[in-house]
Amino acid sequence: MNNSLYLRRRLINGFNLTMSTLAMAFGLFWLGWILLTLFGNGLEAISWATFTQDTPGPDSAGGGLLNAIIGSLMMALIGTLIGTPIGILAGIYLAEYGQRGWLAPTARFINDILLSAPSIVIGLFVWIAYVQYIGHFSGWAGSFALALLVIPVVLRTTENMLRLVPNSMREAAYALGAPRWKVVTVVTLRASKAGVITGILLAVSRISGETAPLLFTALNNQFFSANMNQPMANLPVTIFKFAMSPYENWISLAWAGALIVTMAVLILNVIARSLLKKEST
Amino acid sequence: MVTSVPAAMFVTSRESFMSDPARPARPPLADILFFNLTRGAALLVLVLLTAIIISLVHGSWDSLTHFGASFLLSPSWDPVAQNFGAWRPIQGTLITSFIALLIGVPISFGIALFLTELSPLWLRRPLGIAIELLAGIPSIIYGIWGLFVVAPILMEGKELTWLGITIPPIQPWLTEVTSGIPVIGPLFDGPPFGIGMFTAGLILAIMVIPYIASVMRDVFEVVPPMLKESAYGLGATTWEVVWNVVLPYTKTGVVGGIMLGLGRALGETMAVTFVIGNSYDSIDSLFHAGNSIASILANEFAEASDALHYGALIEMGLILFLITFVVLALSKLLLLRLQKGEGSHS
Amino acid sequence: MTTQNATAKLTVRDLNFYYGNFHALKNINLDIAEKKVTAFIGPSGCGKSTLLRTFNRMYDLYPKLRAEGQILFNGKNVLDKSVDLNMLRAKVGMVFQKPTPFPMSIYDNIAFGVKLYESLSRSEMDDRIEWALQKAALWNEVKDKLKQSGLGLSGGQQQRLCIARAVAVKPEVVLLDEPTSALDPISTAHIEELVHELKQDYTIAIVTHNMQQAARVSDFTAYMYLGELMEVGATDDIFTKPKRKETEDYITGKFG
Repeated sequence: MNNSLYLRRRLINGFNLTMSTLAMAFGLFWLGWILLTLFGNGLEAISWATFTQDTPGPDSAGGGLLNAIIGSLMMALIGTLIGTPIGILAGIYLAEYGQRGWLAPTARFINDILLSAPSIVIGLFVWIAYVQYIGHFSGWAGSFALALLVIPVVLRTTENMLRLVPNSMREAAYALGAPRWKVVTVVTLRASKAGVITGILLAVSRISGETAPLLFTALNNQFFSANMNQPMANLPVTIFKFAMSPYENWISLAWAGALIVTMAVLILNVIARSLLKKEST
Repeated sequence: MVTSVPAAMFVTSRESFMSDPARPARPPLADILFFNLTRGAALLVLVLLTAIIISLVHGSWDSLTHFGASFLLSPSWDPVAQNFGAWRPIQGTLITSFIALLIGVPISFGIALFLTELSPLWLRRPLGIAIELLAGIPSIIYGIWGLFVVAPILMEGKELTWLGITIPPIQPWLTEVTSGIPVIGPLFDGPPFGIGMFTAGLILAIMVIPYIASVMRDVFEVVPPMLKESAYGLGATTWEVVWNVVLPYTKTGVVGGIMLGLGRALGETMAVTFVIGNSYDSIDSLFHAGNSIASILANEFAEASDALHYGALIEMGLILFLITFVVLALSKLLLLRLQKGEGSHS
Repeated sequence: MTTQNATAKLTVRDLNFYYGNFHALKNINLDIAEKKVTAFIGPSGCGKSTLLRTFNRMYDLYPKLRAEGQILFNGKNVLDKSVDLNMLRAKVGMVFQKPTPFPMSIYDNIAFGVKLYESLSRSEMDDRIEWALQKAALWNEVKDKLKQSGLGLSGGQQQRLCIARAVAVKPEVVLLDEPTSALDPISTAHIEELVHELKQDYTIAIVTHNMQQAARVSDFTAYMYLGELMEVGATDDIFTKPKRKETEDYITGKFG
């Protein structure tokens, strides 16, 4: 045995494990710091008026974020409603019918591309293909962009979750004389329900905080509007605009919005995860 | 819930069978419809990508034909003189992403190592969730936090009363420490404005850490215990087991995680837009303000002046899309090669 | 209970082991004879693997597992908190149920353990690797492909590689935890021959659920049941004239 070699090994081990612990602390430090800042500035700025009044004009006092909150909710809802069925159906195709042929592997690869595509490029696409033609920004355009972000997430989780269903369960259903579409919808899809719902929730949480794809689609609207054919107020773009402004009232509202968005996203995240955990235990 | 499904299935098919005993084999119409519905959705995914590419090419046609290949390497960006080039934003995108990985990968590895080997069992889940929450925070939050909190600290330091510590002004400190060192010194030279390429890279690093760390932790967790025990059984230390056995065993997954993080960093818009400084000047130091493809789109697109300006911006989006595509394709190829190299191991 | 006519390499005294609240090993007293093969038999879940994993404190990797009592190895209690686990494991090698080659070349697999304790020159390392592979009766099959991945070998070869890896460190004791349970009969025969060879230099403890194997390879056999050591003695005695009814029932296949 070589003692100096052993000593060196133990030192290296000790040093690296300490670094690893510090890395963990580093990660937690940022999370704590961000949340602290967010709560510190956000709680100070948030009030009843934040939820009951529309966004104020530049350099004016008061106001809230009502129009932005409603706009964000509407676009996220419609985006999810458009994107989810497409994602689930395509996920079913890849998992249940994808054993043969060129379509499934191609679609899987392309879905990976869509999943990794920068969201601002998706916004650009909707601007070129839709906004440019109708001639103005609109809530619909924002919803379409968000739907395009939902599809790949839902598709991926649906396929993965369906693949986890053991084949014996499918065979058991076929053995009872069930047609394929029933086997898929009633047996396998239901067996992987929790996973699929988790995927949808994660997709919703992702689009709730997305700013980039809304910049040139929904744009923003200083006033309340539930008209999907008009530019639509939304929280992320409002935060962007307000935070970059020189007006104190706007900056303070930006912090309030930031807190609201983060809480919504994190709560969705936690629900999604606990759902999956409940299923797996 | 799972066990009840086949039973429910049995009842439905039995009932329909009983209701019409004379019927021959069930017409597969519903099956055909359902199959085509799912197939249509899968096809739609293909159509979407095609549409995105065609739109981007179509939208940037003016710029593509006007500037040709010189667009890529031209450093000028002058909407008034109608002279556009993508070099500076491309440079900015690559530099900030590189900084992000440089900081993010070792930290992520440390976190994954801690979560799988060091952490007490009861702490693993809460800590894992905390790291994943970091991934859930919307990018715009990172941006506003970076602009209002991090940038001033980098510039002039801050006293953290709640922790009882004082953070020194980091940028001037880096300038001082690195001055005189060739190559590295000039990178950290220059006036500390808080915002700039370095800050953007730092914020991106914090954003990609949870992605990379989660993937690394997940793949570290599936290493067969017996394999680790074999290494421990020879008297290896924890670090030696992780570095020599766990990491080689999981390299495909680890590479995948890093590529995922890189993809995030390249395309990230809001966090970068807030803190990068939005400048087209040549970059002589990392503390210098710059821009990235995504930040230039966020800043200028809604207010573009004319067709050529729009075209140039859309071409920039096309380039960003291609860069992320290349990263994805490269990582897939790399994974394929690694898997082949591992032979019978699957 | 002691094994006669041999010096004890490992001396187990009043060993109790717990998985949380589950009492997995109950008052085990046993000697493992030096340079002999001691086999542990018994039905699944009887604690034979658990016992083996206390000898190199492998259980220490996992929370909520604890051992009480004494396991004396070279005069020191292995279970002492102060024991340096890395050093202990360098002296008490282990081979597992399934082959566990590391994801690296055959050469590096064996060099891995050696490098932990010795700084050898290139040629010394080459010699050591050839020596270990010779010991494991694998040299002739792999000498031309030392740079290839250990994962490319057959199951039986992989297991012999793992034995070579354990032997290369020059331990004093080698623990074999059902080393042939994942192998075909021919590979199993190879490993059994190997065990026979290795006992000239090493003390070997082998867990097996195959009674014929225990009879073939071991000098001493210990029969365990429900966490208790029922009987231990010379293998010939255990298999021909067991003292306890339970042992006889198990060996003759009345249950198990």
